[in-house]
Amino acid sequence: MSADAPVVRAVNLVKIYQTGGLPVPAVRGVDLTVEAGEFVAIMGPSGSGKSTLVHMLGGLDTRTSGEIWLDGRRADTLSESGWAVLRREKIGFVFQFFNLVANMTVADNVELPALLGGVSPRQARERREYLLGELGLTDRAGASPAQLSGGEQQRVALARALANQPRLLLADEPTGNLDSRNTRDVLRLLGQVHGQGQTIALVTHDARVASMADRVVSLLDGQIVDDGAIPKSRRRPLGGAGDVVELRS
Amino acid sequence: MRQSLLALLAKEPAHGYELKQALETIFGGAYPSPNIGQIYVTLGRLEKDGHVRSVDVEQANRPNKKVYYITATGREALENWVEEPTEGPRVRDEFFMKLVLAPMTGLSDRMALVNRQRRHYLALMRDLRELAERTDPANRVALLLIEGAMLHLQADLDWLERCQEDLP
Ligand SMILES: Nc1ncnc2c1ncn2[C@@H]1O[C@H](COP(=O)(O)OP(=O)(O)OP(=O)(O)O)[C@@H](O)[C@H]1O
Ligand SMILES: [Mg+2]
Repeated sequence: MSADAPVVRAVNLVKIYQTGGLPVPAVRGVDLTVEAGEFVAIMGPSGSGKSTLVHMLGGLDTRTSGEIWLDGRRADTLSESGWAVLRREKIGFVFQFFNLVANMTVADNVELPALLGGVSPRQARERREYLLGELGLTDRAGASPAQLSGGEQQRVALARALANQPRLLLADEPTGNLDSRNTRDVLRLLGQVHGQGQTIALVTHDARVASMADRVVSLLDGQIVDDGAIPKSRRRPLGGAGDVVELRS
Repeated sequence: MRQSLLALLAKEPAHGYELKQALETIFGGAYPSPNIGQIYVTLGRLEKDGHVRSVDVEQANRPNKKVYYITATGREALENWVEEPTEGPRVRDEFFMKLVLAPMTGLSDRMALVNRQRRHYLALMRDLRELAERTDPANRVALLLIEGAMLHLQADLDWLERCQEDLP
């Protein structure tokens, strides 16, 4: 909980699924640190363990072995209810498959975490209006999740995850169902909140999303095979004419 | 370049500098700004091939300027260009060559090559995103060109992932 503890620290994290007889090693000894204010993109082929990793970091899946520290506190030893409290206080989570509350409106889905986090109803409403506005969803506020397209549900899930200004935003393919215009809205919002200091760890296949990150972590077969900053490009800054085509040459 | 100049001249006669400006206005920051020398060289070749002709127009207090216009042959060449199917983009193979050949020489291992290339692509993607943000939203042509470059880059990254999975 000290000010300079990393927001996330995973030490030799392992997850082995035991389905039927065969053990499936999904995450095999991952060490990962995310500092406050950092934006980390997690990439890798399908089945490489990305969802499993972020689910463990959010306490949505139990680890087989290893340690998870969040904001300086040991978290992997927490009970389910301990995790629930930690999540409510500190983590916004965007699932690969949304998980919105079906019998609540979009507006209530987004406001709920903020209200549970203890902010006033007026603040919760203002935050919700800002987030839905940025994501082009203002006129869907009164709808129920079942009335939304997949892409709309995904953006509502992102708004909900950010409602509380959580210590950590964890997201699993937050643009997986979006067309390029909606992706642009999500990118802009992520850029804004990151600029305000939001710590982000997200899984993505989308290079536009990953290129917003400070650092990219690549998984292969449950292991980290690369972890480092996205370099400054060696070219002169783009801006004059001539650049897209030259970039491609 | 030949065809772009012919297309512009099919719209209206112009001198070299006007052609340069027209290309810049249409394609914006997304396209290489053609250098004026290159434009005159290309116009010279088009003239030699009979696709364009030029006339000297007198200007007050300034040297004459050469105004180019398209010929019937030029128009025909342009029509053929528009109508024939355009080749698809070629797989960019220089990195793939490195990836296949370098490990054989012991110069580098594949994992390191792929990882470095991924980070490089992401840096390029960041440049493209920033260029798109700076581009006038009204310039649909330039924005579509940038989007095309982004989609190609995404495909390159996906391919890189496949290489990392399937090459030992
Ligand atoms: N509940 C589960 N029970 C058994 N095996 C599982 C379970 N969840 C995931 N796995 C297996 O663990 C491995 C990693 O899965 P995971 O969902 O983390 O991959 P991913 O990188 O998120 O892939 P994708 O890009 O397709 O979402 C896969 O082999 C998967 O089949
Ligand atoms: Mg997944």
